[in-house]
Amino acid sequence: MAAAAHETQPATQHHTTMGIDNRKVLMWIFLASECLFFGALISTYLIFKGDSLVGPYPKEILNIPVTSASTFVLLMSSLTMVLAVYGAQHGRLGMMKVMLLATVLLGIGFLGFQAYEFTEFVHEGLGLTTNQFGSSFFVLTSFHGAHVTVGVLYLLSLLLASNRRTGLGHDRALHIDLAGLYWHFVDVIWIVIFTIIYLIPN
Amino acid sequence: MATAIGAMTHTEEDYGLWSWLTTVDHKRIGAVYTVAGFLFFLVGGLEAVAVRTQLAVPNGTVLDAESYNQFFTMHALTMIFLAIMPMGAGFFNYFIPLQIGARDVAFPRLNALSLWIFLGGGLLLNSSFFLGGAPNGGWFGYAPLSSIEYAKTSGMTFYVVGLLTLGVSTLIASLNFAVTIINMRAPGMSMMRLPVFIWMVLVVAFLLILSLPVLTVGLLQLYFDRVWGTSFFSPATGGDPILWQHIFWIFGHPEVYVLILPSMGIVSEVLPVMSKKPLFGYSAIVFAGAAIGVLGFGVWAHHMFTTGLGPVPQVVFSASTMAIGIPTGIKIFNWLGTMYGGNIRFVTATYFSVAFIAMFTIGGISGVMHASPPVDGHHQDSYFVVAHLHYVLFGGAIMGIFSGLFYWFPKMSGRMLDEGLGKITFWLMFVGMNLTFFPMHFLGLAGMPRRIYRYDADLGWETWNMVATLGSYTIALSVFIFLINVIKTMRKDKDAGDDPWGGATLEWATSSPPPAHDFDVIPEVRDRDPLWHDRDHGIARAAVPEHNHIHMPPPSYFPLIVALGALLLAVGSMTHLSVLGLGVVICIYGVWGWALEPTD
Repeated sequence: MAAAAHETQPATQHHTTMGIDNRKVLMWIFLASECLFFGALISTYLIFKGDSLVGPYPKEILNIPVTSASTFVLLMSSLTMVLAVYGAQHGRLGMMKVMLLATVLLGIGFLGFQAYEFTEFVHEGLGLTTNQFGSSFFVLTSFHGAHVTVGVLYLLSLLLASNRRTGLGHDRALHIDLAGLYWHFVDVIWIVIFTIIYLIPN
Repeated sequence: MATAIGAMTHTEEDYGLWSWLTTVDHKRIGAVYTVAGFLFFLVGGLEAVAVRTQLAVPNGTVLDAESYNQFFTMHALTMIFLAIMPMGAGFFNYFIPLQIGARDVAFPRLNALSLWIFLGGGLLLNSSFFLGGAPNGGWFGYAPLSSIEYAKTSGMTFYVVGLLTLGVSTLIASLNFAVTIINMRAPGMSMMRLPVFIWMVLVVAFLLILSLPVLTVGLLQLYFDRVWGTSFFSPATGGDPILWQHIFWIFGHPEVYVLILPSMGIVSEVLPVMSKKPLFGYSAIVFAGAAIGVLGFGVWAHHMFTTGLGPVPQVVFSASTMAIGIPTGIKIFNWLGTMYGGNIRFVTATYFSVAFIAMFTIGGISGVMHASPPVDGHHQDSYFVVAHLHYVLFGGAIMGIFSGLFYWFPKMSGRMLDEGLGKITFWLMFVGMNLTFFPMHFLGLAGMPRRIYRYDADLGWETWNMVATLGSYTIALSVFIFLINVIKTMRKDKDAGDDPWGGATLEWATSSPPPAHDFDVIPEVRDRDPLWHDRDHGIARAAVPEHNHIHMPPPSYFPLIVALGALLLAVGSMTHLSVLGLGVVICIYGVWGWALEPTD
């Protein structure tokens, strides 16, 4: 920008020390913070493993086939997210929008599975306050679900904004990329949660 | 609303209320943080004076047990979250861009958001006094003191929701500072040329970014325990009160360094300038600061030696706690080495910095004593610990902040604080704090427990308690004189000039107070002490281009809207789901408006 100093000197945009956009650095550091958030929730789950004084106990109630299906849905949403980022970076706006929509729908699908699972558990007698398993399970998975919900709203907002006359502007690829980082993170966290709660024998 | 401010016209500024509510200028935000933090410091100080008055004589009758519990809890919460951290954040906001040669922080609107959420959270926490009772279970909120069976008033719910709100504000601010320092440096400002103050802020930012989410989880679990009937922390139904202690101290010990590192940074700025010497052992002090940050995550269980951790954890945490004394000791020798052989100017800022070193050393040494589990078992929950932590937080953090206030006040206001009144403030505060806190060592070793609201006359504790109370009045007097100093100074004409101390760092290369865009020309950095280097090498400041149109981000009211939504969320989580829902809607509206608002 030095050559154009007599025109304008932008205050905050464009030039950065590392050559990476500020927003991207922010997202990476934010996700580091989120790791500790989920780390603490997962630790709590592990600490209370086997501490339930009354049932239902995990092995009586966890429905691994159904949750495998919902995990598959969320994994597929990461694939469509990758394709949306590709579309945004290569100027293929149609592909970007379709893939954003697909990611949103898959995300809603995952949330649907979670709503079904929660309802089933309550019917079978496992509530938030039933035992330590119920408390730590519901708090952990519902905060993950809340992150998916925020992700769905985030992607939906981008989809709506991309249909404006001005679209997503010249930072289009960055906006989709940032949402992608967040979405993949939430997906990876689910893989950890799925492994720890459902797959490792109780 | 975009304003292009010509290089020579610094006066086109609007100071109406609306301009403050919508400002995204890091200097204004920093000023509001500092002033608000100082007002909360006064509130927390009055709470401390009430506590000391109650304890002045045996079987005091000033406070009853319940209000005593509220006062000592709110004293700690206020001083930690509403006074020391915000006053630090005020300096961070004001001086990060100025010291790294930037025009603003990376995210000016996020900066405003963190300010408004902080103010909302602080008022929310304090409103509990008028809404059924303030938090009364200590700032550490140990279960079961915090559980619904034993803390029946809404006080501890205010604690949970207030700290969650303040945590969100702090996290946003920390992310912003970290990105700014990493990514917004002026040309030539490499990491190893950063002022030590900025390095310490970076360490603090990462400490908070990595420790606050853990506290957040603990607070959410406590919230579910209190409001929704879970039993994370109640043993009767399978919960574990020790889990809370782990979660709390995984946050709580890094938090101690969050409180002290900014002051270490301030002292590292003040001493070289006042000794007219570069900082002794720059890289050692930087790496020591980073090492404190890393080790700070591995010492938390030394707060829990008496909970029956078992021999192996006790040995590990004892060793790591002793290890963290090493980088701390390195810094102390760096400061002494900086002053050694220097041409020292004994102004008030120097007094406070030197006192910081001495007082912090006392607090540090009594801290290392607690690293030994058998000794810790003797000191646990006694006044000895109160003495230790106040030598660190008052003798350390507060002394450093006052040094910073005297050092930077000319830059922030354009006016020099009165040196005579300043030295009276210093001596009263220095004598007062030692009168207050040193006798607490004796009281602790004589067996006086913490957090008791009265004691019998025949225990031999009367003399030192009376001395401590008189000391606290002395501190209050010193703060009063500081206030007179500020009022007196703000009524005189601007007399500071750009660089009253002959400073080494970039904030002294612009006017006092700086223009909205900070620098007419972004400086080029050629050395760790850029101003001294340029002076010694006869390098003149870059000329201002003829048509210097600097584009600053326009003001925005969306941070205020999002903060309002966040506050409603907090209130709603204590009252009614409809309020919570309204908060969510306002947040979403605010974020959308924010995202779509043009910033060019």
